[in-house]
Amino acid sequence: MAPPTDTLRRTPLFERHERAGARLVPFAGWEMPVQYEGIRQEHVAVRTGAGVFDVSHMGEIETSGPQAEDFLQRVLSNDVTKIAERGAQYSVLCREDGGVLDDLFTYRLGEDRFLTVTNASNHEKDLAWFRDHAGDFDVEVTDAHERWAMLAVQGPDARGAVERITSGGELPARMRTVDLQVAGADCIVCGTGYTGEDGVEILIPPDGAGDVWDALMEQGVTPAGLGARDTLRLEVCFHLYGNDLSEDRNPIEAGLGWCCKLDTGFIGSDALRGIEPEQTLVPFAFTGPGIPRQGNPVRSEAGEGVVTSGSLSPCLEVGIGMAYVPVAAAEPGTVLEVDVRGKPRAAEVREKPLYRKETSG
Amino acid sequence: MAEASYPEDLKYHAEHDWARIEGDQATFGITWYAQDALGEVVFFDPPEVGASVSKDDAYTEVESVKAVSDVFAPLSGEIVEVNEALADSPEKVNQDPYGDGWMVKVRLSDPSEVDQLMDVKAYKELLGG
Repeated sequence: MAPPTDTLRRTPLFERHERAGARLVPFAGWEMPVQYEGIRQEHVAVRTGAGVFDVSHMGEIETSGPQAEDFLQRVLSNDVTKIAERGAQYSVLCREDGGVLDDLFTYRLGEDRFLTVTNASNHEKDLAWFRDHAGDFDVEVTDAHERWAMLAVQGPDARGAVERITSGGELPARMRTVDLQVAGADCIVCGTGYTGEDGVEILIPPDGAGDVWDALMEQGVTPAGLGARDTLRLEVCFHLYGNDLSEDRNPIEAGLGWCCKLDTGFIGSDALRGIEPEQTLVPFAFTGPGIPRQGNPVRSEAGEGVVTSGSLSPCLEVGIGMAYVPVAAAEPGTVLEVDVRGKPRAAEVREKPLYRKETSG
Repeated sequence: MAEASYPEDLKYHAEHDWARIEGDQATFGITWYAQDALGEVVFFDPPEVGASVSKDDAYTEVESVKAVSDVFAPLSGEIVEVNEALADSPEKVNQDPYGDGWMVKVRLSDPSEVDQLMDVKAYKELLGG
């Protein structure tokens, strides 16, 4: 439950957002920039240049100790032993019944030391879950949220901009992390993101975050808000917890079976074994006018479903979204009808990603 | 339109709608404040000509990338014309909210309702000065 607005938390960059003309809104207990100049403009800046998102509201949990790997193998759905030192991996956190508690990125910082990035709205829940299940293991679970601010710098020009303000080594390859000095601050730079573009995410000590932000502004990087972050991720069909994932859905129906390695014996794996979902999450696009929104009912020849994410696609300029539909209606090309506040709108199941960069040359 | 503006010759409704009264007809639209709060308008589905609208009730919607917003009728009557151009160029609502961004023209069923609307001074006071 979100706290009342007078107790909203602010990131170290709050004043900079205000100065940049951001529209600040309550989000998962934080006062966050939803947009600056405009969602569409920020979206295009990330697709064609470079944008920076303040994602300091996202949480971090550090897990360390001789059995850190064994412990994470028990709670996380993916095969944690496959994360090389300084590597990264996506996974989900499941309940015993397979319901999804969160989706997470985990970075291996050392042989026995991991950092897991949580969704802001789930951080306290995840932390409690980790601690409740850590008892049988020789591990230390630490809430590292206060230790890190986080900026995502994304877009075809993002690496160049970050390189010019970085010392101490090369930027990490995709799905790798490196310790570097960015604008003088000791940071963990990660080759990950949530936009479908190349770029990095930078974990920064809070008192250094302002200098990194200012240096990125000097490099001409566009400030981008959570609004553009949402449209960018939706165009490439990345899941958003609270929309496309919830405790009432399992990762198999969400299309995340690829990151659920049942043989590792993670919590929830028994429930997911052999499961045959009735519905599955599909990307779709409107073939006529309208914009789908979360909660809109979906009709198909095979039965009913529901939209979990919907927006106008700034790049495709049509309504797009993701919806749970009957498995028999999941084939790309299947005709859907979305009920947008009483108006039937024509849609079609598409391949993912909905947006694919045109390959040049 | 980057700067706030509220023309003197319009009547205003508390849901941030305006009406330009022309005899027994009126043109409706949303105010500078409303379009600014909404952000870039990316979709407008015009209502039907001939449909009835009732003062204080929603008669259509405008959508930004993130949100859907109801548009309220400042007065009652029957829609006699809709701004079809907004279907292709909804951004006119942002660029020219009192001109090309108009939404519907309505034949008023009860012109005396006009007395219940605000003049520009009262509307600006509602917005906080």
